[in-house]
Amino acid sequence: MRSFTYERPTDVAAAQAAARRPGAKFLAGGTNLLDLMKVDVERPQHLVDISRLPLREVRETPDGGLSIGALVSNAELSADPRVRTLYPLLSQALVNGASAQLRNQATTAGNLLQRTRCPYFYDVSKPCNKRSPGSGCSALQGFNRMHAVLGGSDACIAVHPSDMAVALTALDAEVQTASRKIALKDFYRLPERTPAHETNLEPGELITAVNLPRPPAGQQIYRKVRDRASFAFALVSVAAVLDSANGRVKAARVALGGVGTKPWRATEAEQTMSGAQIDRRAFDAAGDLCVKGAHGHGGNDFKIPLARRVVSRTFSELAHV
Amino acid sequence: MNNESDSHLTRRLMGAASFMMTLFARELFAQTKEQAQRGPQTASAVPPAPGEVGVRLTVNGRTHDLALDPRTSLLDALRDHLGLTGTKKGCDHGQCGACTVLVNGVRMNACLSLAAQRDGDEIVTIEGLAPDGAMAALQAAFVHNDAFQCGYCTPGQIMSATGMLSELQRGLPSAATGDLSTAPAVNVEEVRERMSGNICRCAAYPNIVAAIMSTAAGVRR
Repeated sequence: MRSFTYERPTDVAAAQAAARRPGAKFLAGGTNLLDLMKVDVERPQHLVDISRLPLREVRETPDGGLSIGALVSNAELSADPRVRTLYPLLSQALVNGASAQLRNQATTAGNLLQRTRCPYFYDVSKPCNKRSPGSGCSALQGFNRMHAVLGGSDACIAVHPSDMAVALTALDAEVQTASRKIALKDFYRLPERTPAHETNLEPGELITAVNLPRPPAGQQIYRKVRDRASFAFALVSVAAVLDSANGRVKAARVALGGVGTKPWRATEAEQTMSGAQIDRRAFDAAGDLCVKGAHGHGGNDFKIPLARRVVSRTFSELAHV
Repeated sequence: MNNESDSHLTRRLMGAASFMMTLFARELFAQTKEQAQRGPQTASAVPPAPGEVGVRLTVNGRTHDLALDPRTSLLDALRDHLGLTGTKKGCDHGQCGACTVLVNGVRMNACLSLAAQRDGDEIVTIEGLAPDGAMAALQAAFVHNDAFQCGYCTPGQIMSATGMLSELQRGLPSAATGDLSTAPAVNVEEVRERMSGNICRCAAYPNIVAAIMSTAAGVRR
């Protein structure tokens, strides 16, 4: 690991000031950043340890939602009684991610900002536009079984790894920084020509909380399909919300993980379900729309039919049809 | 006749293996006990030199003031600076769980934490589970259930299981918890899911689960 200087500010203002130093990076749980520093992908010159900032609370907001402090651990958040009862798909997404040890360490904001696990991004001997802009993408013609089928470009098809962010996307969460609020749907950028530029945060901008609006009506579930039953990244995951009455869909929400270069909200699929009679055909149609425009690269072709079927099956289970 | 002598042989082999295991466990235990009693040489405060950070760690009840390169992981601080080599380095990337320790009572991967991040924290390592000479219930259960072969992952498995049983007791959900609105059950499915961050390449998993289950029977919520 390359050497760096270390400081641990005790308030948000000091943390933001410290982040203005050249080569500075925030350190929270460290589970992803330290890993990347060990393999020489991340090379911060100055680490600003924010883990002692007072951002560890989950509190109720006046509009009936929750504000989740940036440093609430993934384990604490998954266990919060309000999350378990009002936003169960978020709790499910969290406990289906990583291992128990990592969930105890990893934070809410850190989870949002974790980097892709594309093996070419991790391998400094290989071209990667995300790690080394302009060097090329090794995955397009390489081993791309785990890669994105939605939102990719000629420069990058790295998949966004987070389960939590998929759940938050379905729940219309917003990211709160020290100075502003950013809807999660506007938070992540598509890779296009600049895959290294992953979010719309300004340099040194500190996430202080993630806000959830009041919970959506209806049933919700997070379903994750992966190579082994635990401690593995998603091949396909689906965050689904279904509100129905008298055999018809009143409203539906669907977001996908494991398939997109960012957490993927499928609004067209939601619209087609809205008002539809509840049957397998409606959910198959939603599955088709979820993968509209999807593009496989050989190894990951299987994700397209898999995503379609997981969407259809997840909604069918929610609706008991 | 042949079958009978085979089974005699098997029993004798098993008896020998069990004896060796007990010796091995005693040896391991004696080492850790000695370690715990002798303590580290670096317990006195050394002011950090330029480029170093001062870190105070309370490990197994003893407080240490260390001056460390900021890059030092908690794992390397424990092993290389405090001489507590019971905590193992497996992958060094948070994937195997061999380095699991308790930080303020919560299980974490010591390899993915800077020692500096843990300044002021209370750490418990495998050496801290038996400070007064008697094996903790989980340690005894691992020996009794033959829950290891090479033993390299064992300290991490035991520390992880210690943290896991506390999480079960506090009612933390897992991916095996069907109904999130109720407290999780104490069963094999929960234990397997909750221990997925600890890899055993000898694949002693069935016996590890059995050892944990024999201890988990005492978990009451």
